[in-house]
Order: sequence, then structure tokens, then C-alpha cells
Amino acid sequence: MLAPNPAPGPWQRRGADGTGSGFGTEQGWTMSDEVDLGRRQLLTNATALTGAVGVAFVATPFLASWKPSARAKALGAPVEIDIAKLEPGAMLKVEWRGKPVWVVRRTPEMLASLKTSTPLLADPESEASDQPAYAKNPARASNAEYLVVLGVCTHLGCSPAAKFTPGDVTVSADWPGGFYCPCHGSKFDLAGRVFKGVPAPTNLKIPPYSFPSPTRIVVGADAQSA
Amino acid sequence: MSAFARLSAVLGRAAAPAVLALGLAASVTAVAGEGESFPAAGNDVRNNASLQRGARNFMNYCSGCHSAQYVRYNRVAADLHISDDVLRSNLIFNPDTKSADVIRSSLPTEDAKRWFGNAPPDLSLIARSRGTAYISAFLKSFYVDPSRPTGVNNLVLKGTAMPHVLASLQGVQTAEFTTEKGQMGDVEKFEKFVLTTPGSMTPAQYDEFVRDTVNFLDYIGEPAQVRRQDLGVWVILFLLVFAGFAYGMKKEYWKDVT
Amino acid sequence: MASNDSSTTQPKGLYGWICARFPLDSMMREHLTEYYAPKNFNFWYFFGALAIFVLAIQIVTGIFLTMNYKPSATEAFASVEYIMRDVEWGWLIRYLHSTGASAFFIVVYLHMFRALMYGSYRAPRELLWVVGMVIYLALMAEAFMGYLLPWGNMSYWGAQVIVNLFSTIPYVGDSLVEWIRGDYFISDITLNRFFALHVIALPLILVFLVIAHILALHEVGSNNPDGIEIKKTKDAQGRPLDGIPFHPYYTVKDTFGLGMFLIVFCGIVFFAPTLNGLFLEAPNFDPANPMQTPPHIAPVWYFTPFYAMLRAVPSMFGTQIWGVLVMFAAIALLFFLPWLDKSPVNSIRYKGPLTKFMLAVFAVSFVVLAVCGMKPPQGIYPTLARIFTVTYFLFFLLMPWYSRIDSTKSVPSRVTYHDHEH
Repeated sequence: MLAPNPAPGPWQRRGADGTGSGFGTEQGWTMSDEVDLGRRQLLTNATALTGAVGVAFVATPFLASWKPSARAKALGAPVEIDIAKLEPGAMLKVEWRGKPVWVVRRTPEMLASLKTSTPLLADPESEASDQPAYAKNPARASNAEYLVVLGVCTHLGCSPAAKFTPGDVTVSADWPGGFYCPCHGSKFDLAGRVFKGVPAPTNLKIPPYSFPSPTRIVVGADAQSA
Repeated sequence: MSAFARLSAVLGRAAAPAVLALGLAASVTAVAGEGESFPAAGNDVRNNASLQRGARNFMNYCSGCHSAQYVRYNRVAADLHISDDVLRSNLIFNPDTKSADVIRSSLPTEDAKRWFGNAPPDLSLIARSRGTAYISAFLKSFYVDPSRPTGVNNLVLKGTAMPHVLASLQGVQTAEFTTEKGQMGDVEKFEKFVLTTPGSMTPAQYDEFVRDTVNFLDYIGEPAQVRRQDLGVWVILFLLVFAGFAYGMKKEYWKDVT
Repeated sequence: MASNDSSTTQPKGLYGWICARFPLDSMMREHLTEYYAPKNFNFWYFFGALAIFVLAIQIVTGIFLTMNYKPSATEAFASVEYIMRDVEWGWLIRYLHSTGASAFFIVVYLHMFRALMYGSYRAPRELLWVVGMVIYLALMAEAFMGYLLPWGNMSYWGAQVIVNLFSTIPYVGDSLVEWIRGDYFISDITLNRFFALHVIALPLILVFLVIAHILALHEVGSNNPDGIEIKKTKDAQGRPLDGIPFHPYYTVKDTFGLGMFLIVFCGIVFFAPTLNGLFLEAPNFDPANPMQTPPHIAPVWYFTPFYAMLRAVPSMFGTQIWGVLVMFAAIALLFFLPWLDKSPVNSIRYKGPLTKFMLAVFAVSFVVLAVCGMKPPQGIYPTLARIFTVTYFLFFLLMPWYSRIDSTKSVPSRVTYHDHEH
């Protein structure tokens, strides 16, 4: 909608006499002196403003239709995993919201390696990293035995590989054990904490999770929200 | 002449063709509404208590055989103000069903085809495709017919494969027919139903049960309908303001035109 | 053409920068501020602008629907319900689109009837009228293909019946129908190609045709309820004395018209989106079922006048092509209107009682045929359909005769305009 303007606008007709105040008497349209330009401007502004508000109202549902739909939310609902058969030192991969989530049952040796790796880390206290409050500790877990972590490199989104064996030659001789990203060489320890001097800027993300029973984990929901 | 009087005069002038068009539409829709007519179901999708009872009826008596594959449990719970606990304990019977899941029947389609001849239809849109009056009449029109494999027939849908699953509530009724001479030979004309064995409900209670169930089917046919109408009032009010300003603006500009 | 107005100064600022590189200012002048439209437009002149607005609604809502719609026989129906339930505000976008389809035909029919009343199809506007008729054809194709997409049972059988019309063509009919469907029945393949035509090909054609329609209009100038050429009386600067600049006078008037239209449109979208089975038909809430035709099938209301004519004509000499020919002739005749009308005057205001009567006959025939097309072919309706098919054709076929012999009133040299202020 074009908001008309009583004063000649850039594309508006100028009066033949250059004043914009009348076009001759025989013309079917003249700007008579009785016309209240203030009232005209006011009504034009009111219409334009109401129209603009209307356009904003109309745009809202169209933009909102891009939000995750009820189906996407249903498919992205929390995932429940049975961990009764998960051996110490083993890892389980599950898909949650289209991304890999790793569950690692850490042995005492693996947990001990977290201490040796600490000096090599960029963010050992997880200050700059993304995790629920209950995972903001050196083990990055509410229950230190189980690491639940999103298997997506914080650099550019590759999924790192599990390299649990200390000193794995495919990584480095002083490797304490952890995860190694094949794309750009980022390294993470067994709590998903990032090493210094690698491309990835922060520790691996920890999703919300909870233990409804000792042998079951729900990924995607905190204990209070489940 | 006041601006308001002028506005209403113009609205009057503009309204004449509009009224004409609406009248036409009304006469045409009367034409479009073909076929048998049934008494109105009398349900009200704004009656939340009725919808909740209807949801319970649906889950207990319908969902065993019929799915509602476009309807999610949690959407129903949210719209009908049913708590998650009540939903899980009273309306979802399968422990593996998540509250965000759609309503699937407990009956495998292949078994249904083998037992009933065809699979029970999905009920998500039944109120939109058949109408509430039809469903209401259908649920009240089962009668004893020993010639049918199910032992019952239905006046609204002759030869239906559906057994009278609500017989324990409604009771058992027979239908009385009179024979009339028609042009093409004798025609059986329905007279009335006679309740031979009462069910656990009185006829009034059963009517209420059917009305609540139909109400729920009406709601799941278009879950957004109440919200749509509520929003519509505001949209129309807003447009009246816009049209009012636009009318004033037009009026001011057209003072130039002589 | 932009006038060489002496007071015109070069635009300044960003607008000036653009105008030095793009003919924006001259386009604005040619089509808005210096396009002189007759000052006596009435109610019937809202519908051209409204048709453009409805086209915009259809394009925007259509784009958003394609984001969630799946053009496949197994998923189409479910994807529409997905839009109606799971996508946020999807129901609103879908109802805007489904109501917009019917609204498009309502405004186009009123727009066309306006042309019939005031002789807007007559010289020098014959090409304008013909382009408009091509738009109408494209719109019918667009609506027909769009109607298949929800893959409801009415969609399916509607497409089945309409596509089978082509099978009545001698010799090539059956292979032609197979070619249109790409299969031996209306299938996933048919749905997929109709989708492509509905969302890309026909909308593109429609937009180009609408632009051509406006350009043709602005070349010859608008007609008006008096049917007087305003270009015949001009002032010293060459401006029509009975013309007013389209902008601001008709932009503000059309803004008001838009407001009134939206009240009716939104009234339907929010309170009666199916309009009791007229805009969205009940059988279309059942998925397509090739094994079962709905008990009573009819096209959507905007096709029913022609459908009634199709059914009104019986099979003869072992072929049913006659009904199909009558139906297509009913549309084709509209193209020839500029050459059938031999009246010395343009507007119905100055035509005689015979012409007025025939126009009324045409309007009544169209509406009665529309109703007949919705009803099952039983009782009085086949008879009514036959009678009014004949009267529909008489309006056109007798026009060269009655438009010539009918009396006329004298046409004033200037338009009649009642200033409401005085």
C-alpha cells in the first residue's frame, strides 16, 4: 500500500502551476482551499499505521509456521535408554534429535585419567562450555560413572571417534584416552573436555538427562522436567 | 450529516450486493447439503467437561478398534486441560505409548480385515466427512437383525460391519417396520425403535453419552476450531478499525474531486 | 507515457539515485500518479484490484503450504492434516489458501460481469478482454490442478471425471487421457505433475498475463460506467477532464475496498472455512479411494455452471462429445464478445430494454446453471439445466441481432458524477 502524501512526494504529481494548490477550474479534481490538509494527513497516517500493524500481525503466523512442528517435537521427545547391559569401559550410541548421544560407563582408571589430562585442557572447569548445572564438574556428569555427552564436535559438527586406549598411536604417544575428531584433529578427554591448541573452542555439549531408575537413562529431559 | 451517518450510508450501499451474494450462498448451500437429514447432534465444542467425558468414552469404547492417526494425545490433553497424570493413567492404555504419540488402535489392520471384512475407519476426520448429526444418529440406530453376522443392523448405515459395542450401555432395541405399496413393489418403512432389553444407562443418559462422544469427534476433526473462532472476532474488529480509517482517508482525498 | 511536465524536477536522494539507473519514476508516473482513470468508477470497479490482491494471497500462502505438503499419493492427504494440526498456524495458512481459491473466482466473476454491463470488452479494449479471458482459462486450470492436491476422495473423483472429458475426442481421446495422467488411472504420477503445474508453471503464466492485462489497460485507458472515452475531452496539458490520477484517488479508494473485502474474506476464513460444503466439500475429508466414488460428486461451485451444461446434453450418434463441445463453447463464446456486440453504445446505462433483458437472462442462467451443477441430475434439475443452457447461448448467439436493433439513449459527452458533498 502506498501511503499518499498531500505534499508532492517523489513520484507524486506536481501542480501544473508548480504550487500544488490547484489545477484549474475545468479540471475534475482541484485542491480547494477548504480542504483540511491536517485531517487528511492524520487519516492517511492512521490508515498506514493500522495497515502496518496488520501486516505485522499477518507475518507472525507465517514466521511461526517455521518453528518445530508438533511432529518434530514428538520425534525430538526424550529418549529412554536401558543401560543394564552396558559393560564398564564400553560406550553406547543413541540418536536424539538427529544427533548421536554417547553413554560411556567409565571405569575407575578412566575416571583417574581425567586428573592427568587436566593440565592439557582448554576449559577444565567447563566455564565457557554448554552443559546442565548438574554436569558442571570435572567428570561432567551427575553420576561420575556414566558420561552422557552429545557426540558432535564443537568445531564444525563432525562426530569424533572414541579413542579410549591411553597412548593410542593414531592420536599421540601421551594420549590419556578420550575422543578424537577425524575432520580437523580436535581432541577431547573422557569427560568430553577439549584440549588446548585444537580447532574446537569448547567442551562437548552435555544434553539434559536423568536417571528414572539405576539402569535407565532418559536423554532430553532433566529430572525435574521429566 | 455526521461522519458516522455517512459511513453507515456507504456501508449500506456496499452491503446491498454483499447481502445479495450471501443470500445466494445460503440458498446454494441449502442445495449443496444433500441426502438424508438427521437431527442435529446438539454438541458444543466449547463445553470442556463434555469434551473430557467424550475423550474418556472414545478411549474406552472406540480406540480399541478405531485409530485417530492425526491426533496426538498430548494435544488433546493440552486443549482439554487434562493433566499429564490423568492422561497417562486414564486415557493411554499402552505403557509403550508416549504422550506425544498419535492415537493408534489396538487392533492390527490385517486382523480387522479378517474379522469385519474391512478395517474400521480412522476417526480423525469422521465428523468433518460425515457430519456430527450423522454420527449421532448412527450411534443410536443399531437394532437386532439375526440375519447379520454381528446380530445387529443399523438404520443409518445398512449392513454395517460394526457390532453394537455400546449395547451394554444403550440396551438392545428392535426396529419396527411397516410395509407400504410403492411404485416398484412393497417398500419397508421404518416406524420406531423398541427397547427390548434395557442397558446400564437410561435413554437420556445414553443420549448424553453419544452427545459427549460426538463432541469429542467434532473437536478432533478440527482441533483448532475454537481458537480459530476466538481469533476471528479480534481480526474482524481490527479490520473494522482499518476500514474505518481507510474510509475517512478516501473521503478526505475525494473532496478534491468535483 | 510520462508527460513532459515543465515543473518536473529530478528526484533526489536514494530515490533519485535509483531513478538515474532504473525507470522507477517514469513507471510510477505512467501507472500511478499520471495514469488518469475516470472519476465515476462505482462499486463494480473494486474487483480488478481485489483480484490482484487475492493472487498475492494465493502466492504467499501457497509458498508456505508447499513447505509442508508432500506431492505423493501415499503422503499427500496426511501432509494436509499435518499442516492442519501439527504445523503451527498451519490451519490458518491452509484456510487462507482454500478460501482464497473461491474468493479469486468470486472477484473475477464480478470483474467480468462489470465488463459485460459497461461494455468494457468493446473497441478499443478487445485485446484487454482477450488477455483477461486467457487469465480466466489459466485460473481454471490452476484451480482444477490445485483441487487434486489434498488427495481427498472428491479431489480424486473430480480429477477422474474432468480428465475423462478428453476421452470423448474421437480417435485420440483415450491416448490423450493416458498422456495427461501418465498412467492408466489418476495416480501418484498424475498428482506429481499436477503439483508441478500448480505451484510453478501456471502461477508464472498467471503473473505474466496479469502484467500484460494491466499494460493493455493502461495503453487504451479504463472504461467507466458511462462507457464514455474520457480521452476525447482533454485540457490544455492533454489531461482528460474527467480523469483523476490513479494515485492517490483510486489507491485510497481501493484501500477502503480492500478493508471491506477482508472483512468478508476473514469472516469466512475464521467462522465458516468450509462454507457449509461449498468451499471445502465434506467428502474431501476422506482420503482418495479409487475403489469408491462419493455418493454425489460435483465440482467446486465455480465450475458448476459449465458442469451443468456438460450434463444437460445427452449422448447422440454413439458419442458423448456433444456435451463436452457445448461446455467448451460456453467458455469460447466469451472470447468473441467484442465482435458479437453491434450496439452503437458501450454501457448498459444507454442501451435499450431488450439488451438489459438479455443481460439479466444471462446472469440468471449462469446462477441457475451453477445451482443445477451442484445438484444430483434428478427431478427438475436436468430440465432446468437444459432450458438455461439454451438461454445462456442465446445471450451470445442473438447478440449481433438484438444489440443492433435495440433502442438506445443518447450518451452524454461527459461522465455522470455525483459529488456527494453537495
